[in-house]
Amino acid sequence: MQTLLNADLQNQIREFLAPMKEKVTLVLFTQESPCETCTETRQLLKEISSLNDKITFVEKDLYEDIRETDLYGITLTPSFVMLDSEGQYRGVKFNGIPAGHEINSFLSAIIDMSGVDFGFDQNVIERIKKIDKKVNIKVFVTLSCPHCPGAVMSAHRLAMLNSNIEGEMIEAQTFYNLSEQYNVSGVPKIVINEKHELLGNQPIEAFLNQLENL
Amino acid sequence: MFSFNVEKTSERSMFEDQSFWDLIIVGGGPAGLNAGLYAKRKGLKVGIISYEIGGQLHNTSTVDNYLGYQDIEGKALSDQFLSHINHLEIPILKHLKITSIEKKDHDFQLLLSDGKQLRSKTVLIATGGAPRKLNVDGEMTYANKGVSYCTTCDAPFFKGKHVIVAGGGNSAAEAVLDLVPWARKITVVHRSQWRADQILLDKHKKIEHLDVHLNTQILNIYGDDKMNGIDVLDKTTGKTFKIVADGLFIEIGTVPNSHLVKHLVAANEKGEIIVDNNQKTSVPGLYAAGDVTDQPYKQIIISAAEGAKAALAITQYLNHTYKGE
Repeated sequence: MQTLLNADLQNQIREFLAPMKEKVTLVLFTQESPCETCTETRQLLKEISSLNDKITFVEKDLYEDIRETDLYGITLTPSFVMLDSEGQYRGVKFNGIPAGHEINSFLSAIIDMSGVDFGFDQNVIERIKKIDKKVNIKVFVTLSCPHCPGAVMSAHRLAMLNSNIEGEMIEAQTFYNLSEQYNVSGVPKIVINEKHELLGNQPIEAFLNQLENL
Repeated sequence: MFSFNVEKTSERSMFEDQSFWDLIIVGGGPAGLNAGLYAKRKGLKVGIISYEIGGQLHNTSTVDNYLGYQDIEGKALSDQFLSHINHLEIPILKHLKITSIEKKDHDFQLLLSDGKQLRSKTVLIATGGAPRKLNVDGEMTYANKGVSYCTTCDAPFFKGKHVIVAGGGNSAAEAVLDLVPWARKITVVHRSQWRADQILLDKHKKIEHLDVHLNTQILNIYGDDKMNGIDVLDKTTGKTFKIVADGLFIEIGTVPNSHLVKHLVAANEKGEIIVDNNQKTSVPGLYAAGDVTDQPYKQIIISAAEGAKAALAITQYLNHTYKGE
């Protein structure tokens, strides 16, 4: 099978991933069939993990690997989570293939998860750490949306800094029914704890203002 | 087959090495990036602050009027610009906003959204514009529930549906073309006549399911959970009627992002910063370029050119007029 990433892209991504500090594991959940984009997502994750030896790729089956499915709250395929160097789930989840512009939120999450400083101001970090309620942040995206990776990145960074928070990217076209259910017709659409909505790519402070008032 | 648009990065640490800048550029669209290029070549200590690199290029699917490129995706063109900037190692601070800009004696103080402060001898405002709103009832209610300002982002949600494009300029004409692969039917509603380039309108002639209502004003947007349609006024006949549709893409130009310096500089009634031939504002050391200025033609190549002019004029200012330090 032809590679998804050509030589130019491989070099760019290798360079992008060079600052990685610690190991990161990608755990992909698939199912035999029917699964739109499972094949491509598997291939993308394999190709990315081959570009830096700090990245490990593991594949699980939605129905056979029940323990992991439950542990990470997986309900869709393809879906993958990112684990830190100690094998801990830190609330970073991608539902659907992070291709197109969304490759950027994927690569950034790898760098962030590996322990590279986000460059957040101390005040912002303190505010994030104080969130004491369980929070789920869904960010609906399309792969042609240049504003979406920023929103996904913010949700994932919030998750990495506070174990009460989970951030998940949802590729709206792959999960069309879910998008319909959440009335998504514009992206990025951010849904917090199933009911609070934010429109557009928002600065981290806008997320925090919502989370602090849950 | 999937495509991948990897964004170029810039080292944040490069930004933190400097405490006092010659020039801080606010905005990472064509004007800001080209100003960075010219300023760096002149040897200035220059940094760019941008929430989202590329600016409005991100909302443009195809650019076919930038000399040297017959057909390039807006984001791809901004990547080309950024790649050029990165080659010169110009520091860029991304994903941060500036909360205030003040002039202190001969210099400028900028406060960032994360609480940090920067000091610079000069500042270039290249903050571009934000999508202009129709300001009709229902626009906020149905935002992201049918109403959209980004065709490239949201067109896939309207597969097999009827969508309306509001506007008559190039952005609206481009939006129509972007929607062709997805929508079952496209209706253009514009309050006056087409202002778009003939070359785009010629492409419209090949679209089968395109309706155009010129001299027609949108009165309101209605719906239930989602938008269901719009009420319009035909200004020629004076009659009102409904257009039932699933989506509305609003492409009626931009409003200048000039709020950061509104208290400092002279602006026109539209809020655009008034600049002279060398991009100079009413405040010494403060320059503006691109769509945020009162220059009437909002084009990528003009913004880029204004960025270059500004950087050259700023170099002159620093060498001959600046009185600080």
